[in-house]
Amino acid sequence: MQENCLLKMRNINKLFPGVKALSNVDFTLRKGEIHALMGENGAGKSTLIKILTGVYQMDDGEIIISGNSANIRSPQDAQNIGISTVYQEITLCPNLTVAENMFIGREESFIVRHRYYEKRAEKILNDLGIPARSTQQLGSCSLAVQQMVAIARAVDMKCKVLILDEPTSSLDDNEVNMLFSLMRDLKSQGVGIIFVTHFLEQVYEVCDRITVLRNGELVGEYLTEELPQVELVAKMIGKELDELSSLGEFEEKQTAESEVFYEAKSLSSSDALPFDFEIHKGEVNGFTGLLGSGRSESVRAIFGADKVNGGTVKIKGEDVKITKPIDAMKHGIGYLAEDRKRDGIIADLSVRENIILALQVMKGFFKPISRSEAEAFADEYIKVLNIKTASRETPIGSLSGGNQQKVILARWLLTHPDYLILDEPTRGIDVGTKLEIQKLVLKLAEDGVSVTFISSEVEEMLRTCSRLIVMRDRHIVGELKGKDLNQAQVMKTIAGGESKNEG
Amino acid sequence: MKDNFKKIFKGGLGQLTIPIIAICLLVIFNLIRDPAFFSIALSHNNEGNLVLSGNLISIINGASELAILAMGMTLVTAACGGQDISVGAAAAIAGSAFVKILKSSPNINGVTVIAAFLFACVVAMIFGSFNGTLVSVFKIQPMIATLILYTCGRSIAYWINGGATPTVDSPIINAIGSFIPGIPIPTPILIVVLVAIVFKLVFHFTSLELFTQSVGINGSAARLNGINSTFIKLLSFIILGVCVAIAGTIGVSRLGLINHETLLLDVEMDTILAVAIGGNNLGGGKFKISGSIIGAYVIQMLTITLYAMKVSSTDVKAYKAVVIILLVVIGSPVIKAKFSKLMNNIKNRKPAVAKGAE
Amino acid sequence: MEKKKFRREPLTDTQLLMTITICIFVVMYLLAMLLLKGGFLHAQQVFDMLNDNASLIIVSCGLTIVMITGGIDISVGAVTSLVVMSCILYLNKGGNIFVAVALALGIGIAFGVIQGFLISYLEIQPFIVTLAGMFFARGMTTILSVNPQKVEHEAFSKFRDIKIVIPWLGYTAKNGNLVPARIELGVVVALVCLVLIFLLLKFHRLGRGFYAIGGNQTSALMLGINVKMTRFISYILSGLLSGISGFVFMMHTGAGNATNAAGMEMNAIASSIIGGTLLTGGVGNVFGTFFGTITLTTIKKIVVSSGLNDPWWQSITTGGMLCFFILLQSVVLSRRSKKKKA
Repeated sequence: MQENCLLKMRNINKLFPGVKALSNVDFTLRKGEIHALMGENGAGKSTLIKILTGVYQMDDGEIIISGNSANIRSPQDAQNIGISTVYQEITLCPNLTVAENMFIGREESFIVRHRYYEKRAEKILNDLGIPARSTQQLGSCSLAVQQMVAIARAVDMKCKVLILDEPTSSLDDNEVNMLFSLMRDLKSQGVGIIFVTHFLEQVYEVCDRITVLRNGELVGEYLTEELPQVELVAKMIGKELDELSSLGEFEEKQTAESEVFYEAKSLSSSDALPFDFEIHKGEVNGFTGLLGSGRSESVRAIFGADKVNGGTVKIKGEDVKITKPIDAMKHGIGYLAEDRKRDGIIADLSVRENIILALQVMKGFFKPISRSEAEAFADEYIKVLNIKTASRETPIGSLSGGNQQKVILARWLLTHPDYLILDEPTRGIDVGTKLEIQKLVLKLAEDGVSVTFISSEVEEMLRTCSRLIVMRDRHIVGELKGKDLNQAQVMKTIAGGESKNEG
Repeated sequence: MKDNFKKIFKGGLGQLTIPIIAICLLVIFNLIRDPAFFSIALSHNNEGNLVLSGNLISIINGASELAILAMGMTLVTAACGGQDISVGAAAAIAGSAFVKILKSSPNINGVTVIAAFLFACVVAMIFGSFNGTLVSVFKIQPMIATLILYTCGRSIAYWINGGATPTVDSPIINAIGSFIPGIPIPTPILIVVLVAIVFKLVFHFTSLELFTQSVGINGSAARLNGINSTFIKLLSFIILGVCVAIAGTIGVSRLGLINHETLLLDVEMDTILAVAIGGNNLGGGKFKISGSIIGAYVIQMLTITLYAMKVSSTDVKAYKAVVIILLVVIGSPVIKAKFSKLMNNIKNRKPAVAKGAE
Repeated sequence: MEKKKFRREPLTDTQLLMTITICIFVVMYLLAMLLLKGGFLHAQQVFDMLNDNASLIIVSCGLTIVMITGGIDISVGAVTSLVVMSCILYLNKGGNIFVAVALALGIGIAFGVIQGFLISYLEIQPFIVTLAGMFFARGMTTILSVNPQKVEHEAFSKFRDIKIVIPWLGYTAKNGNLVPARIELGVVVALVCLVLIFLLLKFHRLGRGFYAIGGNQTSALMLGINVKMTRFISYILSGLLSGISGFVFMMHTGAGNATNAAGMEMNAIASSIIGGTLLTGGVGNVFGTFFGTITLTTIKKIVVSSGLNDPWWQSITTGGMLCFFILLQSVVLSRRSKKKKA
C-alpha cells in the first residue's frame, strides 16, 4: 500500500500436528521503522519469525520483499535476500573466536584472512562498545556478550530486514540502551527492524508500530503512540480477560495463617544467590520478575535441581537436607521445569511411561509399577486432565505443547505432592489449556497443596497467587499481597521504583 | 492382506521391522539356493551323545556369544548414547581369569567351575566399572573411554596367562562349550535363553528399563525426576561386564583353551552392528533387547550363508559390509521420509485422478 | 597451565590441549635422553620414528578432520591396507607408477565419497557406515590376495630407495663407520600433507566450516554454512588421505599382506585424542595430532629401550598413557568451563 514497503507477509498459514500455529496472518514492515511483534507466549510470534528466516516452511501464504515474491527455504536463503536474525538462544559456535563468529559463512573469498577480519571485527566491537576482543574464544565470553556479538554480526551484514527475537532477555540495562541506540542508528539508515520482546517499556521506548498476534491470529497493527499500554495488554490478552475474571480476580484471596510447610533461610545454589522463603500449607504464591531475574534459579534451588551451596531448609518445622531432586521428592516436593522440552518430557517414551516416571522413582528401583497399574494411572489422569492423545502408548513427543504439559503435570500429581513448584506451566500452550491449568492450581490449593506458580504473564499470576515475591537482578526486592496485588504495583516493584515493602 | 502389509510397513513391528525383514530375506534366499539348508539332523556325536546338528543349529549356536554381548551392549548404548569397544578384550581377560582359577585347583569339579566363573564375573565387572566410571563420572565419550581397555585389554590377558595359551580338559568345560550329555541342544544356546530370561526378569522386577531409557533420551529431565543417571550409566557397564564374563566363559569352553589373541576377536564391531541392526538408536534412548538378539542372529546367519556359498572366511567381511549398508540405508530416516512422501503423493494423486474422470 | 593466563590472550581449547601434549612429549623425550641414552641421543631415532609412522601421521590427519566435525571414520586403516594390496598387484603386473598413485588416490576418494554421502545426506550414523567401510576394505584386500605380496617393479624399487641423507646428523656406529641420517620420501609426503591440512583448517573457509559444524551444528546452519556439504567433504578428505597413506605405507614396506595396517584406525584415533582432538567435535589441530603420533611412538620406544621386551608392555603403557591424557583433558576442560561460569 505504502510506497516504502519493505516486507509484506500475506495470509500466512502454518499447521503443526494438532495445533493451528498461524492462520491468515498479515504483517507489513516499512523502510526505516522499528516494528514490535507482540503477543502472549504461544501467540505465534516465533512461528512467524521462523517462517521468515526459513527455519519453517509456511503451508500457505505469500512473502513479498521489496516488491518481489520471495521463496525462503533455508536460513541461507534468508541471509541472501537480506534478512538477518538474532535469536533468543545464541546461534554461534562457542569453539571459534569472536571475529570468526562474526564473519563465518559470509567470507568474501575462500581464503580466510584472519588478521583482516579480526581488525574489522575489532572496529565493529569498538563502535558498538561490546566488551570483547576479536581474537577471544567465544565460549569464554559471558552470555550477554555472546548475544551482543550475534547482534554485531547481524548489524554488519548490511541487511534490509533485521529481526531481533527477544534479544534483550540476557542483557542488562546498559547493554539494552546500547542496543537501542544501535537500532535507532540502523533505522535512520533505512533498515526495517522487527523487534520481538516481552518488555512493554522497551516497546514504547523504541518502536514505531506494533503488530499484535493472539492464538495464531492477527489482532491488528497499530502506531505506538496511538495505543496506550493498557490497551496493548488488553489486545494481547484479548477478551479472555472478562472470561478469566470469573476465576475471582478481585475476591480477597485467603491468606489465613495455616501452618508453614516449607521454610528456607539464606538458601543458595550455584545459580541462585542466598534468599529466604517460606510457604504455607494450601497457599499459592508466585515468583515474578523479568527473565534472568533469578526467579527460576531460586525455585530450582528449592528443589535441589542445581548444586545447593548453603542455607537451611525446614519442612513442617523439621530440619531437612535437600541437595538432589530425589531428596526434594521424598519430602513431597514436585517441580515442573521451565523448559518443557529440555527438562520435562522424555520425548520418545509413551504418555503412560511419562506419567508414572516420578512416582516410579519415588517407589524405588526394585519396586516397579506393574503394567496394569501404570495403565490405570495413565487412563485416570488422561481423563482427569483431559489430555488429548491418540492413546496412552503414544510417544509424548508427538503431542501438542499443552498436552505435553498436562502429562508432566499428571506425572507430579500422581506423586501426591504436598508442595508443587510450577515454573512457567503455561508457556507456549493454548489459552484453553492455560485456563484449565490455572483452575487446577486453585483446586490443588483448596485441597491443601502448597503451590509456587511462576509465569511471565503477570496477569496470570495475579489471578492465581495470593502472594507475589518480586525479584530483580537475582535478589528478592519485594513481596506483594492483598491490596498490593495489582498490575501497576507489580510493574513498579519490578522496575524498582518502590521497594519499601521489602520482605 | 494389503492392510497387513501396510501396517508392517508403517512400523507395526516398530523397530523390529528391519531385522525381521532381513532374517526373512536370508531364510528365503537360502531356501531357494538349497532347500535342504535348514534341515536338522539328530545324530550321535563323537562322544556318543544324541545331538542336533545342521546349519540352523550352527547358526544359533555360533551366535551365542554375540547375542549375549549384544544384550549388554544394548543397555550401555541406551543409557550412554555410545558403545563399548572393549568387549572383545574384556572377554579375553575374563576368559583368562576363568582359566586361571581352573588351573589353580588340582581337579576340576562343579564347584571350581562355578568359583572360576564367579571370579571371571567379578573381574569383568571391575573392568566394566572402570569404563563406566570414565563415562559416567568423568563424562568421557564411551568410545574413547573404552578405547583404553581396547588397546591394552588383550595384553592384560596375556599377562594373566603368563604368555602361554593354557588348555583346560574337563568334561564339565566340554559340556559348557558343546553338549550336556542327554540334552541334544548345544549348551551355549541354552545359556543364551537363560540370559535372555534373566534380562526379562530383571526388567520385570526392577525399573531398569524405564530408568535407562529416560537417562538415554533426556538426561536432564531424568535428573530432575530424581533419577541418578551416573549410577544408571555405571550399572549398564557393570551388567555388560557380566555378559562379557559369560561370553568369555563360553568362548573358552568351546575350545578348551584360552588364546588371548584370538578369543572373540573383532566381536566388538559385530556386537555394535547387532545392536544397530536390531533397530536400536546408537545415539541412545529407546531400546529393545529382542532387536539386538535378532540382530546377532542376522549377522551369524549372513556369515554362515556366505560360508555355505563357498566364500572364504577372510572374504566374508566384504559381503557382510554390503548387506549391512543396504540394511542401514533402508532404515535411514531420510529414506523413510522420502518413501512415505512418495506413498502420500501416490495416495493423493489417485483421488485427484478419480475426480478428474468424473 | 596457570601461567598461561598472563599471556595477552588466553589459549583457545584447541591450543591449550595441543600445548599440553607438546610439553609432555618434550619432557618425556628429554627424560628418555637423560636416563635411557642409547638411541635417543641420535637424531636418527626421531627420523626412524617418522619413517615408520609416516602413513599413520597421514591417516591421523584425515581422522582429525573428521573428528573436528564431530564424526568418526574407522575405515582408514582398512582402506590403507586395501590401497597397498591393489597397488602392489597392479605394479607387479608391470604397471606405471603414476597410474599406481592415481589408483591409490582413486580408491581413497571412492571410499570417502560413498561414506560421506551415506553419512551426510542419508544421515546414517558415521560409526556404522565407516565400520561397514572397514569390513568391506578388509574383505576386498583378502579377496585380492590372501598371500603376502612383495613389490617386484624396478622403477618403483628405485623410487622407493630414494632417501634424503643428512651426513652431519649421522652418528658413528660401533665399527667406526659414519652412519648418515636417512629420511624416507614418505616422511616428506606426510609433512607436506600435514602443512597443507593445517593451512586448510586454519585459513580456508572450508576448514573453519569444519570447526563450526563441530562446535554447534544448528548454529553453523544458522550462520549460513552448508552443513551437509561440509561434512561430506570432510569424509572425502579423510578417504583421500587414507589413499595417500596406503601409497606411503607401500613405499615404506615394499610389501603387503592382508593384515597390513591392522589396528591403524585405533592408533590414529589414539593419536588424535592425545593430540588434543575431542571426539565431540570442534576442537583439535593436525599439529597436535602429529605430536600425538610421535608421543605414542616414543612411549613404545621407551618401553622397548627400558628392557621391557614383552610385547604386552607396549600396549599396556599405551593404554595407560591414553587413560592419562583422556582424564587430563576431561579435568582441564571441565575446570575451564567452571571458571567461566564463576
